[in-house]
This record gives sequence, structure tokens and C-alpha cells, in this order.
Amino acid sequence: MSALAALIRRDIRIALRAGGGALIGVLFFLTVTVLMPFAVGPDLALLSRLGPAILWLGALLASLLTLDRLFTADHEDGSLDLIVMSRTPLELACAAKALAHWIAAGLPLIVATPVLGLLLNLDGTATLAVAATLLAGTPALTFTGMIGAALAVTLHRGGLLLAVLVLPLSIPVLIFGVAASQAAISGPLPFGTPFSILCALSLACLVIGPFAAAASLRHGLD
Amino acid sequence: MRLSGRNLKCVRGGREVFSSLDLSAAAGEALAVTGPNGAGKTSLLRVLAGLLVPAEGSIALEGGDAELSLPEQAHYLGHRDALKPALSVAENLSFWRDFLGGETRDAAQCLAAVALEHAAHLPAAYLSAGQRRRLSIARLLSVRRPVWLLDEPTSALDAAGQALFVALMRDHLASGGLIVAATHLPLGIDARDLRMGGAA
Repeated sequence: MSALAALIRRDIRIALRAGGGALIGVLFFLTVTVLMPFAVGPDLALLSRLGPAILWLGALLASLLTLDRLFTADHEDGSLDLIVMSRTPLELACAAKALAHWIAAGLPLIVATPVLGLLLNLDGTATLAVAATLLAGTPALTFTGMIGAALAVTLHRGGLLLAVLVLPLSIPVLIFGVAASQAAISGPLPFGTPFSILCALSLACLVIGPFAAAASLRHGLD
Repeated sequence: MRLSGRNLKCVRGGREVFSSLDLSAAAGEALAVTGPNGAGKTSLLRVLAGLLVPAEGSIALEGGDAELSLPEQAHYLGHRDALKPALSVAENLSFWRDFLGGETRDAAQCLAAVALEHAAHLPAAYLSAGQRRRLSIARLLSVRRPVWLLDEPTSALDAAGQALFVALMRDHLASGGLIVAATHLPLGIDARDLRMGGAA
């Protein structure tokens, strides 16, 4: 356990230091959301109807933005070799890295959501609903994204490939995340139904992600 | 303890790097892998470290911890230093010590052993190539592993650093460890020679 704690601590520390990229995601999220009202126009009713979808898309793209460095940085400096050789199972090491990435890059997005909700004319309940769905859904984005990051590790320009690989996988999360937010705002569905499916998606990704990523890392090393 | 490889064959990118290679090293012994550039020295070390799968042949470590595989009982010192520029020297070392686990030594003591204690709080980004190498060597000391797989270990080290590393390798062999090192330069310790390339 101390090995995994050390890995999580290290990754969070690197992400928060200068050049680590944790804040880049939040800035990108902010930029996308701020641009939307300018593009859509000053129709407040339309903005609040589109709000959850805009926030979800922004969070999805922001979490992809930093995810491609999840394994490539370790691959380039040789750390990945030592992680593969170590006594810690590679699946657990992958899960620890994804968890660290989510804490450093995913949580700030959720914290920023209430502020950005104001820009999209969302009221308190709506903002809270979007934040709750993001809290439940972003782990799924990180853990499926990790599979793409592991596949892209040995390829140059893996970042672009990552987006192509991961975006289709995140469609179900996007659908149920936005559906749950809409249900909380306007009904007629109860909030609980899509939200439970969103939680189930996250849990499934939490299990599948580390195994798939570890398998592709083992094959990709050369 | 004895490390042995039999009839090893390695294929990379469709090209045969080496084949029917036998090697053997006992506890307290060092094996110096020599040969021209491209002879497959690094590939052999990576096969031993479990990072490449041999196309043929088998590797065994007799007399080690039966619960652990060879890579789990080995240190690998490759071309790349596995250092994070954003972290300080001490943070880099203590991360690897905590992550690799097992029988560990005090990080400050290991830094002193490679004469880097004055730079402990410096970010690794500011280290010179030789200092980075010294820090990687400190990683070998911070956690005890019986097998050391070294790829050009003395590259970038100055004369004092090389002498220091020779002494550390001697200590490791004396405490029952074994070393497989790919090198162009004489290692400075008694080592059996494993010549690669030319014959193939």
C-alpha cells in the first residue's frame, strides 16, 4: 500500500508544480464555457437549457487535454520500465496513476462548476445537479481515457490518437451525465434513474480501465 | 544464488538481434557484456529485466526469493534516468525507495554515498548528466535487490564518480549480489566477459 501511496503523492505533486498541467485543464474548461454565451447569443432561456451540456462537453475536453501525459512522461524518462518491473502489480499502479490524475485534474473542474454555472444562467439546483453528475462521471472519463493513454504510449503524437480512441468510449457517460442533469432541472424523468446508470458506468470503468491499460502497457513496451 | 539464461534469442522489429546465447552468473560474480554498438547488449539486459520477451529460451534465478520473479529482485539502471525534473533530488530518491519497497535504507545516507547530499533540495532539472547518473546509482543503494542490471553504468561519470561506483559494486558483490553490466569501458572490478556480436 505504501508503494501506491507514494505513486499517488508523486503524481499529484508533479501535477501541481509549475508546468505540471493540472491548472491547464481548469483554464481550458473556463475558456470553453466563457466562449459559449458569446457564440449562442444573449438568450438566457436557451443558455440555461444548453448549460448542462456545455459544462459536460467542456469537462470532457478538459480532462482529455491533460490525459495524454499520463504515461508518456513516465515512458520518456524510463520511470515506466521501473514501474513495470516493480513488486506492485501493474494494474494497481495504473489505477493509482489514474486516481492521482483525477484528484489533480478532475476535482478542480468540479470545484469550478458552480462559478461557471453562473455564466450559463443556471440556478442553484441546476448547478448542484451538474456538479454531482460530474463528480460521479469524471472518474469514468479518466479511467477510460487511461486505456487510450496506455495505447498511445509508444506512438509519437499519441495525444491526437488518444482523443480519437477515447471520445467514442465516453459517449455513454456524456449521455447519462447530461440526462441526469436535465432530469434534475426540468424533469420529467426522476434524477435517480440516469444518475444510477452514470454511477454504474463509473464503477465498471474503475474495474476495466486498470486491467486494459496494464495489458496494453505490457505489450507496448519495447 | 545463480542467474542463468539458456539458448536466448531476441527479435526486434523483425530483425534477429542475437540467438543461442547462454549466460550464467553466480552470487558474488559480475558479468561484463561487451560488443560493438548494435550487438544487442541493451536488448539482453532488457530481456533479463523482463521488459522484452525473448523469442526463444529461458531465464532462471536459482536460490533467490521463490515468491518473487527475477525482475522483482533486480535493479535496472538504463540509459534513461527515471528522474522527474519537477521534484527535488531527495523527493526523487525517496519516491523510488517507497515505491520499490522491500529492504530499504535511509535516503540521506544513500545520497551521501554518491556525494550528492549538498544537492538534496535542488530540483532534479538543474542536475548535470553526471549528477543525474549519481542519483540513479543512489536508487540502487536505497533498496536492496540482489541482481543489478546495469547499462553503461559509468557513462557521464567523472573519475571520482567512477572510482566511487567501483567501490559500490565491490560492496554489492561482497554482500552476495550479482551484476550484469553492458559496457564499453573496463568495469574496474573482476568480471567475466560475455562477448556479443561478431560471432553471429
